[in-house]
Amino acid sequence: LRVEFRLWDVLAGKEMMALAFTTVPNNWRRVGHIITDKVYERLTGEKGYFDTRIIYVAEEGPKTKRIKKLAIMDQDGANNKFLTLGNELVLTPRFNPTSQMVTYLSYFRNLPRVYLLDIETGMQEVVGDFPGMTFAPRFSPDGKKIIMSFAKDGNSDIYTMDLENRIVEKITNHPSIDTSPSYSPDGKYICFNSDRSGYQQIYIMNSDGSNVKRISFGRGLYGTPVWSPRGDLIAFTKLHKGKFYIGVMRTDGSGERLLTENFYQEAPSWSPNGRVLIFYRETKTDNEGKGFSAKLWSIDLTGYNERLVETPTDASDPSWSSLLTN
Amino acid sequence: MKLNKILKKAFLVTVACLVLSACATSKKTGQMQGDVYSGTDTVEYLASGVPDRVFFATNETVLTTAARETLRKQAAWLRKNSKITIVLEGHADERGTREYNLALGERRANAAKDYLMTYGISSDRISVLSYGKERPVDSGSNPLAWSKNRRSVTVKAN
Repeated sequence: LRVEFRLWDVLAGKEMMALAFTTVPNNWRRVGHIITDKVYERLTGEKGYFDTRIIYVAEEGPKTKRIKKLAIMDQDGANNKFLTLGNELVLTPRFNPTSQMVTYLSYFRNLPRVYLLDIETGMQEVVGDFPGMTFAPRFSPDGKKIIMSFAKDGNSDIYTMDLENRIVEKITNHPSIDTSPSYSPDGKYICFNSDRSGYQQIYIMNSDGSNVKRISFGRGLYGTPVWSPRGDLIAFTKLHKGKFYIGVMRTDGSGERLLTENFYQEAPSWSPNGRVLIFYRETKTDNEGKGFSAKLWSIDLTGYNERLVETPTDASDPSWSSLLTN
Repeated sequence: MKLNKILKKAFLVTVACLVLSACATSKKTGQMQGDVYSGTDTVEYLASGVPDRVFFATNETVLTTAARETLRKQAAWLRKNSKITIVLEGHADERGTREYNLALGERRANAAKDYLMTYGISSDRISVLSYGKERPVDSGSNPLAWSKNRRSVTVKAN
């Protein structure tokens, strides 16, 4: 299959861009996405997000006995593939910067621990040797460390583990719950969720754990802070008066902007160019407890273009990959 | 005049009593005290008269008076049956973010563990497992369902 494309500026009457690809016919969608990214970049001056994948948790079964599997698909919902069988509960998968590895929480043998999965080989391993639950994992921006929470004796603190030398470092040390850590793209700072003020709020600190500062001061509870790939914003979930919001604020906590309100939604993840957020939304059940569903949704940073991301089953905990071709 | 005033007061007191008793009844049918579940719908028993679970207020990990009473019964039962080991399974309701709820469930189960330990149960016999909001017992999206789901359940491990 040979694909050629030209981008024509109608007003100037000039060709802006032209490219040609040769590929196997099965690859036509991928080529389409790569071309779309090129056009997007030429027109907006920013990288696109079309040739990307989403890893998420596929859900089935009654609310009280949900079966959950890791699943991966293209950003538009095509090429869906399950990565685990559903024998054990799995939660919160996140890509590494090259999108080849995934870190997630598995209840394998009823021991909730952070795992590492190589998507190509299917190899899995436990991250570290912790005498209790580890959860809320993410990669550092260089992909060399995993940052996560470790819960012991009713107290959750944030730790990192270096994937090369296996050295574990304790980053926070506070009797409150510290969780949902996320690095700034330069690796110098970490935003996280803590209830040290009495309720869930968003904090930032230096990557060594020093200089902890609370940044969320609006009404309500704040959770799941995620640093944008551009570095200037933090996306979050907010709970206020029984409603859940996905929003963004600057890294000093100013300029809070709520993008969407619903009965229940959380866990935003950024598109690699920082223009779109994907998250999951759960429905309210009726008086018999029926009618539950969980779905992935995306919304532009502008607050417009909210849309359902189609998945073969119910879905939650999405994580957006980096651009697969640059 | 005076008699009239006294009668008025008596009437007000009567009304207040009626209102209070109405509240008490509605609490009973609602099976909640404040927002803590106080019914027995979902409760199972480890032995006769020994309930298997305790309930928590929203976002709270503090043991209520009722929870402490249940745990004292569990401790007495565990002292009598010294070979039994247990898992304390901590849970949260669906009205919180997943990761925070995992930590909250762990903290709730540990509150129960600490209390059992002060009543002489060795920590060797207790393990703790948080499910966060992953395993609700009631699939409803209402305050009563949520109150049943905010719990720590003592499960026999052997």
